Parts: sequence; structure tokens; C-alpha cells
Amino acid sequence: MTLSVRIRHRQGDFLLDAAFESAGRLTALFGPSGSGKTSLINMIGGLVRPGSGRIEADGRLLVDTDARIFVPKHRRRIGYVFQDARLFPHMSVAQNLGYGRFFTPGAERYADFSGVVDLLGIGHLLTRKPASLSGGEKQRVAIGRALIASPKLILMDEPLASLDEARKAEIMPYIERLRDETKIPIVYVSHSVGEVARLATDVVVLSAGKVKASGPAADILARFDILPEEQRSEAGAMVDLTVAGQEEGFGLTVLHSAGGEWRLPRIDAPAGAKIRARVRARDVMLSLERPTGISALNVLPATIAAISMDGEPDALVSLDCGGDRLAARITRRSVEMLGLADGGEVFAVIKAVTFDRGSVGGPSRLANDLSTL
Amino acid sequence: MEWLHLSPDEWNAVRLSIKVSTWATVVALPFGIAIAYALARREFWGKALLNGIVHLPLILPPVVTGYLLLITFGRRGPVGSLLDQYFGIVFSFRWTGAALACGVMAFPLMVRAIRLSIEAVDKKLEAAAGTLGANPLWVFATITLPLILPGIIAGMILSFAKAMGEFGATITFVSNIPGETQTLPSAIYTFTQVPGGDLGALRLTLVSIVIAMAALVASEVLARRVSRRLDIEG
Repeated sequence: MTLSVRIRHRQGDFLLDAAFESAGRLTALFGPSGSGKTSLINMIGGLVRPGSGRIEADGRLLVDTDARIFVPKHRRRIGYVFQDARLFPHMSVAQNLGYGRFFTPGAERYADFSGVVDLLGIGHLLTRKPASLSGGEKQRVAIGRALIASPKLILMDEPLASLDEARKAEIMPYIERLRDETKIPIVYVSHSVGEVARLATDVVVLSAGKVKASGPAADILARFDILPEEQRSEAGAMVDLTVAGQEEGFGLTVLHSAGGEWRLPRIDAPAGAKIRARVRARDVMLSLERPTGISALNVLPATIAAISMDGEPDALVSLDCGGDRLAARITRRSVEMLGLADGGEVFAVIKAVTFDRGSVGGPSRLANDLSTL
Repeated sequence: MEWLHLSPDEWNAVRLSIKVSTWATVVALPFGIAIAYALARREFWGKALLNGIVHLPLILPPVVTGYLLLITFGRRGPVGSLLDQYFGIVFSFRWTGAALACGVMAFPLMVRAIRLSIEAVDKKLEAAAGTLGANPLWVFATITLPLILPGIIAGMILSFAKAMGEFGATITFVSNIPGETQTLPSAIYTFTQVPGGDLGALRLTLVSIVIAMAALVASEVLARRVSRRLDIEG
């Protein structure tokens, strides 16, 4: 499915002037608050009528102000998971889940109620009322409610923003399963690099109402110039890894990437499983020679692709590890001392223990048949 | 306790009052919901005017409202003559006229209660229902209506109570005919106008109090049941 959006919309002093296209399974609209992300998906969902523009999803024209086309939200078949769940308080969980199904034409009902309930692990909540659910449970029910309506596209507006870290960790795997086990494309609004890195296949970066960059997640997240200042330290590169086996005695998992062998804190996945992980730039050290007698477990030969002197004491070194992209944040002093330059050969050193476990995405399988839903 | 027994005429007044108030409330309800919704949610030309007209009976002297009804809905009034001619509906000096007068007088109270409850409904829930495929009518029927049920019940009880006590507009519009338009307040008024009518007035006053209390208790019970079903507090 391709989503194509071109919008010009004025809201008071704020001008949203954005255009992007995406065919990704999970497209993240990423940017700081006030950058226009929510306005943008509200227009895709039909909750807001754009001043002018055109929105097309899966070859279906939803909005075209020139042709005076505006498909109302109840005819778009676009599921929406709101930040604040918005479950209907007077209905039970089961009634909430079944609500959209009633309005879906019979022939287009592909979602299977019990399949979705299993996928989200909400079977034990069915008779409860929304008021008695925890924040995480509410959000899972909200996702289920959108899914059971058999949408052609799902929009998620910061579905994790109102949850604490533990609840976020509880929901993330479900969103990953949704991304990997169903064919429904997702547009996901977020201001968190961690979430985007873990979940997105494609990223659209918004800033002050404009699209700053868009493209595959791995490409976009490797660029540091587009990250908001306060999240620069979270910046990192995405690495695709394959599980090779477990080192039981040490609680480690051995993985392979194009660049070499990795040892990371235990990841529960069978051998052969594909994993995507984010390696933060600040956790990567550089060495001119292969270090010996060092505690760090991961040492990978790399070529310097670029050096950017973006911060006062810092420099950011982009690396090519046999096809994998990595980045290292080191001081400018070190760049000078080591005489680093584009094309130079170095070794990247990554400590296993500093590894950001939250960034390890689940097995990123290819979209299966819809029957798994 | 012999004095507590109601005479047939008094029973008639009680029954008539209940009938008139019930009809006034039930017939006014759909209009009340529609106008409350329009006032709470829609922007349209003449909204302030509509709001004013709806609230007029609350501030006008009831006699004025009754007189206005008489000249518009009377047999020779512009609306009354049409209704008589095409639908055979006659208001003047009938119990239906009493119901109309009571309904008009109670209408602002009903609209206010329902409007407040509509304004309290989170529009975001309705938007969510829309994204799930419900058209505006379905959204109203499945989300808005159930959520404003407590307000509707409150509006109906208020309206019923107001109708039970309505006197000025009713007596002006449809007079005070025993068995046809003599409601409880009119009957009490009549008793106070004749020598030795004090006991009868007292009897009917007690009946009024009992009915009012019963309505209040019924509304409490209903409201509690509804809110338990909604379970929003929990």
C-alpha cells in the first residue's frame, strides 16, 4: 500500500506544509511536539479537513481539495488508536472491540475477533468495563478495537506517550506483532527516537510543520542532523542481526551481522531469528588497531564513511561495517589525536552491557498471510 | 381519617394531572433532545433566537404564555385552525390543550438539563466512533444517547414536576373545566375560592406532595441504575 500526502493547512500562526509518500509497513511521523504530526494524521484519518491538499491511500483518493473531494471519516476504513485510548465507557471491553465490526461491510471483514484478542492478550478482560482497566490494558483494547473493524490502514497517535516505561515495554511487542504478522500498514506518530528506532520501517521527520526528511528508517535514523537537540544523545544506527545461538553460562546471545559477530545480553529468540537493534553512537568506541586484552565483547572492523563536527566537544563518525551502518560519538580531540579521516580503517568497540535492551525489536519477519490475524 | 378520602371529582383531577404531565413530557422529549443537541453542538443562523424562544416561557408571566397559546392554538388561531382542519386536533378547552400548555412551560427545563449533559459528553469519543465506521446518526444513537441518559432522565423528571404544578398558562389557555381541564393546581385553586373548601385543598395538597416525592425517588433510583450501568465513576 502506498500512502501519499500533500497538505497545506493554516492553524492560527502555524502553517503545516507537508508532503510525503510511504509504502512502509510502519511509517513513523517523527518530530518534536508542535511539529504538526498529530494534525497530519488527523487529516489522514478524516478528523480534520485540510485547508488545501491531497491525500491518497492505496490508490483511493481520500482528500482532494481541488476536486472538492473529502471522504468522511466513517467511510475511510482507517483505524485510529488515540493517545488517550478513548474507549466507550458505557460498553464492556467485548462491546468496544466489536463496535467497528458492525459497520464493516460483510465482504470486507477480514479481522477475526478471537485472533485479535489472542494477538493482544486481552481475552481475560472481555467482560470488564474500560474504567477498571490499567493504562496499558486500555491501550491494547484500543488497538484491538481498531483492528477488528478490518481497517485498510491504522493510525496511531503516540499510543505509548501516556504510559510509564513498564507499560510501554508491555505494549511494544504487540505493536511489533501487528507490524509483522498483519498486512495492515501503520502510520505511527511519535517524538521518541527509541520508539521510532524499534518500530518503524520508514520515517518521516517533521519540524515546524515541514517535512525535514523521509525514507527508510535505517537511512533516516543514521542521520543525526535531523534529530532534535535533546535527543541527540539517543542517536544511533540500526543494525540487522541474525541470532546464532545462546551462551547459556554467561546469559549472552551470539548474533551475526554483515559486519561480524556480536555478543549481546540475552535476547529470547531462536537461532536464525532476525533482530533489529539500535546501537547508540555514544556507546561506540573507536580504535586504530584491533584492541586486545579488552573487556568489551564486540569489536568490528569498519571504514569511516564520514565525520561530522556537529557539537562543540563532539564529533560524529559514521562507519561502514561490511555493509552495516554504525556511528560513534567521540570527542573532536580524539578525532585529531587518532588522525581519523574519511575512508580510514578503524575498529568499532561496543560494550555488551551498555547495550540499550529496550531498542531490541522483536523478530522482524516478513508480513505473513492475513490468516494469522 | 375519613377526611383523607378523595371525592370522585378530586380523583379525576389527580388522574388528569398525571395524564397531562405524562403526555406533556413524553411528546416534548424528542423535540427537547433535538433542540438541546442543536444548541449544544451546532452553529447555525438564528441560534440565539431559538435559544431565546425556548427559554421564553421560563421568564414570561405564565398568563402571557397561556394567552399566546390561546391566540395561536385556539380554534380560530392560525395554527389551531389548521390542526383542527387537517388533523382533527383541537386544543382549546380540552385536556390536550392542558398538556400543550404544560409541555411548553416545562420545555426550557427539559432542554437545559439535556443540553448540559450533551455538553459534558467527550466529543473525542464520538470522533473515535466515527473512525470505526459509524455515521453521525449511529454515533448519536450508540455513543451520545447512552451517555446523556442521566441528563435525559433528569430533564424528564424536572419537566414532569413542572407540568404537575403548572397553573397560570393552563387556566388561561384551557380554563378550569372539571373532568376535562381541571388539573390538581386548578382544583386546589377552586377549593380555595369556595367557603369550606379548605379540607379539599389540603387533601389535594397532600396528594401533590406525595406525587412530587414519588417522582423524585423514581428519578434517584433510575439515575443510580443508569450510572451503575455506565460505571464511569468506577
